[in-house]
Amino acid sequence: MLSAILTLGGLALLAGLGLGYAGKRLRVEEDPLVEKVDAILPQTQCGQCGYPGCKPYAEALANGEADINLCPPGGERVIRELAELLGVAPKPLDGAEPVPKVAVIDESACIGCTLCLKACPVDAIVGAVKQYHTVVRGACTGCELCLAPCPADCITMQPLPPDVRQWRWSSPDKVPPSAPSAEENQASDDAPSASKKAA
Amino acid sequence: MLVKLVKGALGHTFARGGVHPPTEKKATQGSAIETLDPQGEVILALNQHIGSPALPVVAVGDRVFVGTTVARATGFISAPLHSSVSGTVTAIENRPSTHASGLAVPCIVIASDGQFTPDLGLKALGDCGKLGRDTLREAVRLAGLTGLGGASFPTAVKLSPPSNHPVETLVLNGVECEPFLTCDHRLMLEAPEAIIAGGRAMARAVGAANIVIAIEANKPDAIAAMKQAAAPYPEIGVEVLPVRYPQGSEKQLIQALFGLEVPSHGLPLDVGLVVQNVGTAWAVHHLLTTGEPLVSRVVTVTGPLVPRPKNLRVRLGTPLREILAACGVDEKVMNRATAILGGPMMGTILLNPDAPLVKGIGGILVMDGSVQERNPDPCIRCARCVTACPTGLLPNELGWFAKTDQFERSQEYDLFDCIECGCCAFVCPSRIPLVHYFRYAKSQIWFAEREKRKADEAKERSDAKKARIEREEEEKRRKREEVKAKMAAAKQEADATKVAQAAEETSGEQA
Repeated sequence: MLSAILTLGGLALLAGLGLGYAGKRLRVEEDPLVEKVDAILPQTQCGQCGYPGCKPYAEALANGEADINLCPPGGERVIRELAELLGVAPKPLDGAEPVPKVAVIDESACIGCTLCLKACPVDAIVGAVKQYHTVVRGACTGCELCLAPCPADCITMQPLPPDVRQWRWSSPDKVPPSAPSAEENQASDDAPSASKKAA
Repeated sequence: MLVKLVKGALGHTFARGGVHPPTEKKATQGSAIETLDPQGEVILALNQHIGSPALPVVAVGDRVFVGTTVARATGFISAPLHSSVSGTVTAIENRPSTHASGLAVPCIVIASDGQFTPDLGLKALGDCGKLGRDTLREAVRLAGLTGLGGASFPTAVKLSPPSNHPVETLVLNGVECEPFLTCDHRLMLEAPEAIIAGGRAMARAVGAANIVIAIEANKPDAIAAMKQAAAPYPEIGVEVLPVRYPQGSEKQLIQALFGLEVPSHGLPLDVGLVVQNVGTAWAVHHLLTTGEPLVSRVVTVTGPLVPRPKNLRVRLGTPLREILAACGVDEKVMNRATAILGGPMMGTILLNPDAPLVKGIGGILVMDGSVQERNPDPCIRCARCVTACPTGLLPNELGWFAKTDQFERSQEYDLFDCIECGCCAFVCPSRIPLVHYFRYAKSQIWFAEREKRKADEAKERSDAKKARIEREEEEKRRKREEVKAKMAAAKQEADATKVAQAAEETSGEQA
């Protein structure tokens, strides 16, 4: 009886020590949650979620302080991925689904004050004091943070024209393929017959 | 590695899957290639090849001739563009395209003077046997040649294999397994010597010792013509393959001929092969003998609604409306018809007939509008698509993942090995548009990748800005402290001198 207890107890102790050692020795360094959440966010740094950038929003999400549906630029994709990562139910987006846009500066109205340069979170505006400013199209995330500081109101948001390299096949469940609408084709299309056919 | 022709139990054919759609080639296989010249303007799209779009090198108002370079390649995987007519550049603007989206794309528009005067700078290179490999490749690159089988991959890239990938055999693809199309068939019949000569030039460029010409058994006249033309050359063999779709697909063709499988995400180069379309071989020969770059191609115009089906050699950039009109397809027919670009299995729907001919279009089919209606039923899990898939994928699962937006799982099931041949959709008893689902899933995945890249870039820029602001603050703080320290030191010095002066004064007084 005693020997049985001792044997089993000894085995349990050994196994426990072994496991404890293995647990310490072979521990997998896991990515902190904040980094994972930050990787999902679109990095526009627009602050539309109410936090001063993507990282702070990611921190709030990781601490369970923020809702997952506050990121308009990310749209449905971000909500779906956040829901999966954080193990919560997806919710509809707070606000309208975004249209990709870029900021455009009307150079004739620009006074060269550099205020928008300071506001741009991704340094997508170039210019100097009393020189025209302009937006680097490829770098603009469409966050609209440059609109408010501009004293001349010369910055507007313009939707990106459709481009075959960005174009996506629609799901067969949604709409049947058809000719693009006249406006879509009109981007800088002067062929009058094009719109006629599309209509 | 030694590549050897292999014959299986079925003769030369690929290992799994495949279908036998009605070939429907009767209407045009007997009609000789006719030439069709554009009436008014030609429209040259800048991105009619795989890779980065060409960059215009002409301005509005410039006079150009047949073969004048109007846009240059921008990068290794790219191709230049040449005027297909003589005339004047009238515009560089967006025009409707043959792209599946139907969106307008940047084009160079040239008004033809109707003379088709060749550019004086064009010069025949002559016998390929005397030319160096690099000269050949450079000539092909500058001529804007792209694969004329449909994918429009720049030919010069395929002719420049890296030195660690020796090429043993060049395969000339004359399979033409897509129903309805007969442009390669007619070319092999009418110009076999030119195809052989072009093939020999390409074999020389890649350093291949052998050439295999693959033709399906339903073209006996083309087989005879090619055999006769190849007779003087012991290194050229003509292989007859049993009819089976999609045998003309590069990877399936390699399997059929050599029993080799091109690895997933790999290229024929990985098994020591280069595959070129017979039309491309013809274009290479034409370039060497006349100096004329790629300015035209053969197009089959056919289908049940075409009054006069034809094989036409058409100048690139000709509006498709003109090509259709030449075959008797008028506005009335077009209103109730659906035009398909390419073959019925892989082709895309033409959304705007004002779009111009591009390098990759080998056929225009005019079918009844009802071909677009599929009215799919639910999947009954019969797995006929699995049996039909020549790549060995599970189209039923892939279709479901695409339908339910499970794109990660699509990739786990090797969505990107799908060649979009359409066999699965062809055999589906529920008429599920499987290929459309796959194209949808692929473009969604590409979109997500682009977005991810954009987000990463934005993050990098934002982090850089934050770091810069921090650095500037730090510098300011340091400067402030330096100034403070300096002031403190100055004050201390002043105090010290004051004390010293005071001490001096007191000592003076004492004295």
